[in-house]
Order: sequence, then C-alpha cells, then structure tokens
Amino acid sequence: MTCELPTDRRGPRHVPMATTRGELGDKLSSLSLFADLSAAELESVAHIVDERRFAEGERILRQGLSGSGFYVILSGEAIIRVDGQEYGRLGRGDFFGEISALLGDPPVADIVAARDLHCAIIPGPALEQFMVGHPQVMFRMLQSEARKLRTATRWRS
Amino acid sequence: MVVGSGPGGLQLSYALTHLGVPHAVISADPAPGGMFRRWPFFQRLLSWTKPFAPFERGTRFYERYDWNSLIPDDDQHRAIQPRLMDGSSYFPSRSEMEQNIATFARETGIRVRYDCRWTGTSRDGEGFRLQTTSGEYRARVVVFAFGLAQPWKPDIPGIEHVPHYADTRAPETYAGKRVFIIGKETSAFELANGFLPWARQIVLASPRPTQLSVVTNSLVGVRARYVQPYEDNILGGGVVIMNASIDEVARSGDGFRVRTTRSDGGGSLVFEADDVIATTGFQPPLGDLPELGVVSSGREKIPSQTPMFESISVPHVYFAGTATRGAPGLKKNGIPSSSGAVHGHRYNARILARHIARTYFGIDPARPTLKRDDVLGYLLSELSRAPELWHQKSYLARSLLWDGARGIVDDGIVPLQLFVDGDGPDGVAVAVEANPKAEIYPAVYVRKNNVVTEHLLPTNPLLDFETAEHRAQMTAVLAPLP
Repeated sequence: MTCELPTDRRGPRHVPMATTRGELGDKLSSLSLFADLSAAELESVAHIVDERRFAEGERILRQGLSGSGFYVILSGEAIIRVDGQEYGRLGRGDFFGEISALLGDPPVADIVAARDLHCAIIPGPALEQFMVGHPQVMFRMLQSEARKLRTATRWRS
Repeated sequence: MVVGSGPGGLQLSYALTHLGVPHAVISADPAPGGMFRRWPFFQRLLSWTKPFAPFERGTRFYERYDWNSLIPDDDQHRAIQPRLMDGSSYFPSRSEMEQNIATFARETGIRVRYDCRWTGTSRDGEGFRLQTTSGEYRARVVVFAFGLAQPWKPDIPGIEHVPHYADTRAPETYAGKRVFIIGKETSAFELANGFLPWARQIVLASPRPTQLSVVTNSLVGVRARYVQPYEDNILGGGVVIMNASIDEVARSGDGFRVRTTRSDGGGSLVFEADDVIATTGFQPPLGDLPELGVVSSGREKIPSQTPMFESISVPHVYFAGTATRGAPGLKKNGIPSSSGAVHGHRYNARILARHIARTYFGIDPARPTLKRDDVLGYLLSELSRAPELWHQKSYLARSLLWDGARGIVDDGIVPLQLFVDGDGPDGVAVAVEANPKAEIYPAVYVRKNNVVTEHLLPTNPLLDFETAEHRAQMTAVLAPLP
C-alpha cells in the first residue's frame, strides 16, 4: 500500500478537498464554542461527542445526582431550576454541566427541557481529555466563563 | 401490534402473552432470529454465555452469566443458549444463537406471521393502520422491534463504489490484498481480525481515535476479542490505524484510491487499496415513521424515546430490541446502557409489556408486598445478584414503594430515570453502578415527599454487597422510610 507524503510538502496537486463534516459537524460549526476548528477537526469532534434529543419537561441535569456530563445546546430551550424555582433559560449555542464535570461534584441545579431540546454531549469523565485535545474550544469556554464571572461580579457590586 | 421477530420482538411477545395482552407479531423474515440470521460476519457473537457459573442454570440469578438466552417467567424455558453450545467457546456461534432464539420461540409457543413485511403507517383515530404485504392491520399501540438492520454509509464522494460490512466476501478472497477499512469501531476490528491471516495490509481509518473497552472500563470501544489488530499496529506489523476523515474514494485500475485528511492537522494522505469496506454501521429501517412525526437523533438515526421506550414525538409508538438504545436513561459517568444487546434489551421488553398491559388493557401485573424487616436483606440481595441490575447498570432499578393502603409494595424492575424524575409515593430504588475507574458499586435512591436523594455505597473486591459495612450504610440510608 502506498502512502503519499502530507500535502503541505507536495504541491498543489494534493490540495485537500473539502471534508464532509456530516450533519452534526455542520451544526457544531455554526456555534461559537467550535468556531475556531478546521473542517477535519469538526468532523473528528462530531464523531467524539454524543447527541441526544429530550422531550419537553425531561430533566437533563439533576441537582445533587452524580455522574453527569457537559452539554451544548444544538437547538431548543432549557430551563435552569434550583429547588424547583426557575433561575433562567438557555438556548442554542449555550452550554451547561461544565462546573459539575470540571469539579467532579453533582450539579447544583436541575436543567429541564423547555421544549424539544437537541444537545451534543461529552461525558464528565471525558471532558478533560477533550478540552486538552482541543485548546481552541477550551479557550472559547474560558471566555464564556469569564463573561459569566463578570456578570456575577457586577451583580454583587 | 409488534413488528419484528428478532430477540426484541420475541421477548416482548412472550411477556405480553403471559400478561394476557392480545397482540399480533409480524416479520419480514421467513423465520425467527433477526440479524443473527446473517451477522456477525465472522460467525461468533461478542456476548458470552458461561455454561458453568456461580448460580445454577435455569435460575433467575444465572441470567447474569448468560447474555444470550431470552427470559421466560418460568424456570422450564430458562437458559436455552448453554444447552446448545459445544464447549469450544463461551461466545456462541451465530448458528447457535439463531437456534437459541428459534428454540425459545418454538418451546414457548410464540406466534409470528412470517414473510409479512410492514410497508406503511398511517393514523387511524387514536391508533394506527399498518400496511403490510399481507394486508392492513389496525392497532391502538404499535411496537417496532426492527433492529438496526439497514446498512448505512456516510456521505463521502465515491462511497457508492464501496461495499458495506454487510457485503463482505469470504475471508480467503482477500488473500494477498491491500484492504482499506473505513471505520474503527468493533465491526471494523472484527473484519481486520478476520483478515489477519489473509490480507497483505490492512488500514483502518476514521476521524475518531480508537477506544478500547478494556481502557474505557465499559462496553464502549472495541471489545477485547478484536484487539489483536491494534497490537499488530502498535508493533509495526501490517496493520495501519489512522485518525483521518475520508475525503474521496475513487476507482483506480482494478482497485481504489482513497484520499484522507488527518484529524490531527497532519495534512492529507492518499492510499492505494485492492479492496475498500465501509464498516460505518447500521440504522433502523424507519420506513415512513419520520413522516408520521417520529424524531431520531445521532448518526444511527435511532428514534428518540421516553424512559418507557415511547417515541418522544408520536405517542403510542413504542420500540423494543436494539432500538431501545434511543431511551439512553441517566448515562451516568458517560457509561451507556446495554440496550443495544440482548442481555440488556430483554429486560426492557419485560418492562414495556407491563406498561402496555397496565396503560392500555387495564391489567395490573402482580406486585407483592414486603414486611419492613425484610427490606434491607432483600435490597442487598438484589444488588448482589439481580441480573437486571447487573446487565443494565445505572439504567434499571429494583423499586419499593411505601403505599399507604397496601404497605411496602415491590414495584418490580423499573427504568431508574422514571424513579428519580417521577413524582410518586415515598420509596427506594436500588441500582448497580460503575465508574470509569472500573469500580462497581451499589447506588440507592430514596424518594421522600417527592425529593430524591442519591447514596452511593462502597464497592467490594468480590462484588459482595451484603457485608456488615453495606448493611450498616443501607440501614442508615433507609432510616427516613418508616
């Protein structure tokens, strides 16, 4: 079997074609969290993450229950609920579960599907390896966390 | 109305019959067995049956060691698979599995209309009309147990030239060939393993890095039986394992030219191969269900389901068999259910049958009561031995309810998600759980005034959950329940 050298050493005849990212890859590419990834990286991510649809009213994260994951909303809307009380809503491109997954603690809130909700999922124990393997995604997530922290700081001051 | 005569359809029909629920089973196949009539290609299953186990054959607890027999309510028809095995392996051959399923169907008298293909679905008032090659059926409730039987290939330019796993030829026809396998999951490694004595070179490529079950400490990843090509690759033999997306497959002389882009940013690679095979999976044959409104998710397009295996978008449409993977449950620590295999979904079918009996036919399946003094021992015994809890970790649970009128009621084996998310009487549900560190431990969920609390008990090297430590911790956990 012949293996040719990588394209960057071979000239224009070997310019790679656009890769087929698949349906999920296309959805991820339009979210800011994954905006810095190349087509090949997006396809790889699309093969790594899980996908799941939730019916209206279904719980996704459960306050106080261990073993959850990191979720990115592909479409739909979710409610943040603490002790049965609504604290806010999340929509397309938002993510949740990262605090619990990063710290290894059970979530401090319920997340409930407000209507048909479609999410990409990375299991909690796999999050570290995923983030270290995709530093651009980690940086985007860090930016988002910084914005949340800024908002929280303003609220307190 | 049940569509399908693989293990999922037959198990459901058996359970419905024994609850007294009238139903019809149709199947496009000429005989029972489902996909085991054709696959796996290399003839042996991945799921084991231990002929000699810590529990007697023909008992409920033996089911934990027999992943392949269907499950009756009586002892007479239990453990059919080990009866049919010749001792050469604890993985049944495909024909032994097919025989196992056919024997269960015959001995328990399951009636199926074979050679009857479901061709279309429409609504009929509160129920459905099913068009089939043998005429029209009307039903209030439909259960699809059609398996993941439809070969699927991704949208890659030139993929139409590439045979699917389902079309793999006899291994000797690959003698001296360069074989390029698209995919790196278990079926890819199954073929690569089978080709080791024949092919000159084997390349496996897909974007996702290989996962091994012995590393993930779960059923996720390539199963231990097929790890040999991985070792061959590590030691620099004739197997190449690549993380790359496949850009194009083109005919080239008598063979193929495969263009790939490495997922790690290492540029593109072009391979010449004599044969290319797409081990890219199967999808359920959904027919016109999407037009009916049934939504699916993921690459495999498995219908999205409630914890009771009902379509989340079309009420009264249910699923049995492998398709019940569409009800993923809590998936704690990312570990999936075993619903994709017989040893998992056979219990889902029993639960679904009870739900259908109760909801649509007013039949209340027997639910015995317990004395409070017996609760501790019963739950610890179930945690140590119940096959449902061991095969469907973090997914199925034994549930006891504190019912005002009747006392403590054994609510049976239930989806854990239903217990933790549902309102209801005070009660307790116990499940066996696992984490990525390969620890297996009991989990106890106590529901008091509709608030559920989780209690994880310690693991044990011998997986004995009836120790003094477990008794003491469980006693404390159950204290709030009178």
